[in-house]
Amino acid sequence: MASKKVNNVYLKDAFSLAGPLEARGAIKDYDIIMNDYYYHEKTFEQAEIKMQKVVIENILRKYNLTPSAIDFMVAGDLSNQTSVSSYAASIYKIPFMGVYSACASFVESLIVASLLLESKRKGLALCVTSSHNLHAEKQFRFPVEYGAPKPHTTTFTATGAIATLVTKEISKIKLESYTIGTVMEMGIKDATNMGAVMAPAAAKVLVDHLVDTNRTVDYYDLILTGDLGCIGSKILKEYLKEAYNIRLKNHLDAGCELYLKSQETYAGASGPAALPLYLFNRILKQNKYKKILIIGTGSLHNVLFVNQKLPIPAIAHAVSLEVQ
Amino acid sequence: MDKDEYKKLVKEMSPKEPKFRKAVIAFAVGGFVAFLGQVVATILQLSFAIEEATSYIWLCIFTIFISSFLTALGFFDNWVSKCGCGLIIPTTGFAHSMTSSALDVKKDGLITGLGSSFFKLAGSVLLYGIIAGFFLGILGVIVYG
Repeated sequence: MASKKVNNVYLKDAFSLAGPLEARGAIKDYDIIMNDYYYHEKTFEQAEIKMQKVVIENILRKYNLTPSAIDFMVAGDLSNQTSVSSYAASIYKIPFMGVYSACASFVESLIVASLLLESKRKGLALCVTSSHNLHAEKQFRFPVEYGAPKPHTTTFTATGAIATLVTKEISKIKLESYTIGTVMEMGIKDATNMGAVMAPAAAKVLVDHLVDTNRTVDYYDLILTGDLGCIGSKILKEYLKEAYNIRLKNHLDAGCELYLKSQETYAGASGPAALPLYLFNRILKQNKYKKILIIGTGSLHNVLFVNQKLPIPAIAHAVSLEVQ
Repeated sequence: MDKDEYKKLVKEMSPKEPKFRKAVIAFAVGGFVAFLGQVVATILQLSFAIEEATSYIWLCIFTIFISSFLTALGFFDNWVSKCGCGLIIPTTGFAHSMTSSALDVKKDGLITGLGSSFFKLAGSVLLYGIIAGFFLGILGVIVYG
């Protein structure tokens, strides 16, 4: 069974950094805003390392913690070999595990952290994730300054970094259970339509979670998917209706909500940072929802395999949060 | 639901691209760029007493410089995404693709970055351009002797 109830694992707090475009989007009050994509570094890649460094330092400072007080760190990002996380981790000498599920990396890191923490009597873990629009553009798409006309289904990699403290101490947000997702490949080869690539994986993990926990969609006040985008969300709803006969009403997609419609970001935000940025800075601050299911969706896109005409596989992981 | 049914569903749910509108914009913008080019060439011919063939070489150099410069200033890509291929099909597009690749890898080392990635996008234009030129040349010899 891919689902598991978790005993006494809580999200203590998170610190988020947002890029310039995100700061002008739907949410204004991020903890730190970075106004320049270089962030006073030489390259975009090094800027992303600094972004992770800044959020880690700030969350440690906020709770007066030294790096040695953290038992382990689980981090993920989009760069090849998750190098950004590795470089950031090399600064602090915290025992480290790198995870990669593309844009579902944040949820995967929460699952890994809760797995490791659960057997301990006390402990403190740090989950870090980041994405940088221009770094991702360079790695997955065209050169940054190259103007390629994009279709409306394209999603826009969000720039941001989030450090989350996961703990055994009781706090407001309880990590109640999780479901490990299945890789789904539905024959979509279009790298400009990631929502369509990821929607079946999101649907599969949602259905698996509901079956395993014996719940219905109405059990949750909110089902928050990661970065399907506005078009991917529509596909998810239609797919759930046709393939599983489930009608999804209490659903939001972080990618679709993160930017304003006027910002010309096509179908919305993507990237591992999109979900936690929206979760911590809007959903949890609103205090409106008690039972939240977050589904991180990741398109396991590799330029090489797409060039070899293979379809793109996708993964989604789900974590159920209870807000007290 | 099998893969074919899913592909059909995705096609239904994805918005249609306004191809006709984009084609009209690209046609108008491309035409306007060509018109500007002709104005510059004519000015060169009339005011600077440059021969017609030489004036087009000068025009080519100007176009390459302007599009590279605008790429470096960072807003050429925004124009292209609005105007479509009208801006990138002429010489401008070739210069734009090389300048943008060069900007992308300028910090990755002179050999490992700039040297090896400079023609990342323009390379295919060069290769197939040369191959097409070769075969058209042979065809020309056969037809015209």
